[in-house]
Amino acid sequence: MKNVITLNTRKTLITLLSLIILLPYLSISLLGQTPTAQQILERIDRNQSADSRIFTASMIIHAQRGERTMEMKIWSVGDQKSFTEYLAPAREKGTKMLKLADQLWMYSPSADRTIQISGHMLRQSVMGSDLSYEDMMDDQRLTDNYDAQVVGPDTLGGRDCWVLELRARSTDLAYQRRKMWIDRERYVPLKEELYAKSGKLLKQTLLSDVKLIDGRWFPTRVVYQDMLKLGGGTEFVIHEIRFNVPIAESTFNKSMLK
Amino acid sequence: MIRFLFKGLLRDKQRSLLPIIVVIIGVFLTVLMHTWIKGVFGDVVDFNAKFATGHVKIMTRGYSDKLEQLPNDLALTGVDDLLAELAVISPDIQWSSRIRFGGLVDVPDENNETKTQGPAVAWGIDLLTPGSPEAERMKIPSSIIRGRIPEKPGEILLSEDFAKRLEVEPGQIVTFFGSTMLGGMAMQNFILAGTVRFGTQAVDRGALVMDLEDARLVLDMPDAAGEVLGFFPSGLYEDDRAKALVDAFAERYHDQENLFEPTMVTLRDQNDLGSIVDYMDVVTGLISFIFILAMSLVLWNAGLLGGLRRYGEVGLRLAMGESKGQVYRSMLGEAVLIGLVGSVIGTALALGISYWLQNNGIDLSGMMKGASMMLPSVFRTQVTTPAFYVGFLPGLFATVIGTGLAGIGIYKRKTAQLFKELE
Repeated sequence: MKNVITLNTRKTLITLLSLIILLPYLSISLLGQTPTAQQILERIDRNQSADSRIFTASMIIHAQRGERTMEMKIWSVGDQKSFTEYLAPAREKGTKMLKLADQLWMYSPSADRTIQISGHMLRQSVMGSDLSYEDMMDDQRLTDNYDAQVVGPDTLGGRDCWVLELRARSTDLAYQRRKMWIDRERYVPLKEELYAKSGKLLKQTLLSDVKLIDGRWFPTRVVYQDMLKLGGGTEFVIHEIRFNVPIAESTFNKSMLK
Repeated sequence: MIRFLFKGLLRDKQRSLLPIIVVIIGVFLTVLMHTWIKGVFGDVVDFNAKFATGHVKIMTRGYSDKLEQLPNDLALTGVDDLLAELAVISPDIQWSSRIRFGGLVDVPDENNETKTQGPAVAWGIDLLTPGSPEAERMKIPSSIIRGRIPEKPGEILLSEDFAKRLEVEPGQIVTFFGSTMLGGMAMQNFILAGTVRFGTQAVDRGALVMDLEDARLVLDMPDAAGEVLGFFPSGLYEDDRAKALVDAFAERYHDQENLFEPTMVTLRDQNDLGSIVDYMDVVTGLISFIFILAMSLVLWNAGLLGGLRRYGEVGLRLAMGESKGQVYRSMLGEAVLIGLVGSVIGTALALGISYWLQNNGIDLSGMMKGASMMLPSVFRTQVTTPAFYVGFLPGLFATVIGTGLAGIGIYKRKTAQLFKELE
């Protein structure tokens, strides 16, 4: 009996000693797995970006005079082509938007007209929401446009995050600096602060309802808060989304607006 | 006596010509400056009142805080009830609901796609209600350059410069694109009824005028208005009355926290017009004061010189037995005549030119390019009742006071030495 105990104690001691000896190596190994900021961005892009997307969504605008909900369906290819059709409410139903690169065309059934919007107008609010046309149609890959660095760990909503600070490579981008809280496990942004060149905080987004869709983690609910506006922000809720599905080229033709 | 003095002045031009010319120039400049300042500042205030501020204006507190953004999401609602209430509180004031908003005007090509477009600052005013004073108030009928004033819903006016830039003619269809009160998309076709030129660069760059009900329809603002403007029946801004109205209104609507609570402001409290009104009063008073002072000094000096030149004449008259008082009074009498003649001629000349400038104005649009303030491009004088006496009275009194001061020397002459001096 004494021999058995001695044997067990020995085993435990050896295990503990081994752990103590190996711990630094284990830590290094774990640290070695900490991805760089660029690697994190690549993982985010892998989750968020796609060759094409088709989704239906609701936009709930918490304006000062009350709440408005709009339903829409969006087809997009990369970050250059996007087509949006508003499905509700009645006043907006049938309104369509086509974005090709930095040009935007809008069609309204009430006027039966297609008009083109470009330049600074793309940074205006969509339907009184906290999103700009650029925000809504944005699918630019972060790795293509920003340099990033990890500024520290944080916890958000009980989830461990990396906090990333991104700086735009081009002065053309609407947000010259971004601060992102990235879910360590799923590589999905959970919070974002968007800054102007001057350093002024322009918008804040909170992303939630992260779902595994087609093998990628994707936040299906985003609350945008334009910091320059009064009001309770805008919720953008994706009901259904499909990635990398073939979309006919004709979808992005101006004739489709009518 | 007057006839005698008058003959003396006419026959001895050296005695009268210089003082009269001095009075004419002084009075002329005073009256002209007065009418010019009144005209220019009055035009600025009047233009702002009619186009933007009213004599008093009602908005929501939120709208008032961000006025320059024209935030129609913070517009007044329940305007009909508000107007009914205002009609009871102040029945003689004309209240006008207006909506000011921004957006794009888009002109279609033959394929119904964008040919040209440009940003517009739009006014929704009551153009179509029979008897509405709004069109006349904004001088729209007299500002029409091409086409006509809107006669039915769905018709708009564009400023002439804007229409030319968009290459659009009256009768053509244009599309307005903007945001509704709730932030939705507003897109509506209108027929261009005509073009206008208001005479101010800031407005003429991109003005659009449509009927209030059309604006309500396109902006989804039923029974709503961005602003309710109040105009006094005299057509002139009355500061005391405006302040009293604001105080009375503030007692009814006093919820400081509610963004949608109506609030009333005076003309003075908008667009820096308070400082313009104050400045106008100060400048007018200052000019009159400086004129009286300068004229008195000049005429005193002229009187002294005249006194020296007429030293012998005065001495002779005293030696012949005229009393000092009589000589002094006759010189004052001459001064009155000089003052009267100079003031009448100076005032008449200045009023003549002022009337001409009031009707024709001076076009300074070349200097207004890029101006963002609501300033008229054509500046005019304004002939008001004070213009008839603002130069006349100082011209007369300065002459008399100047002569009176210079003539005191008469009393210092010693009768015993007069003949010795004359020898």
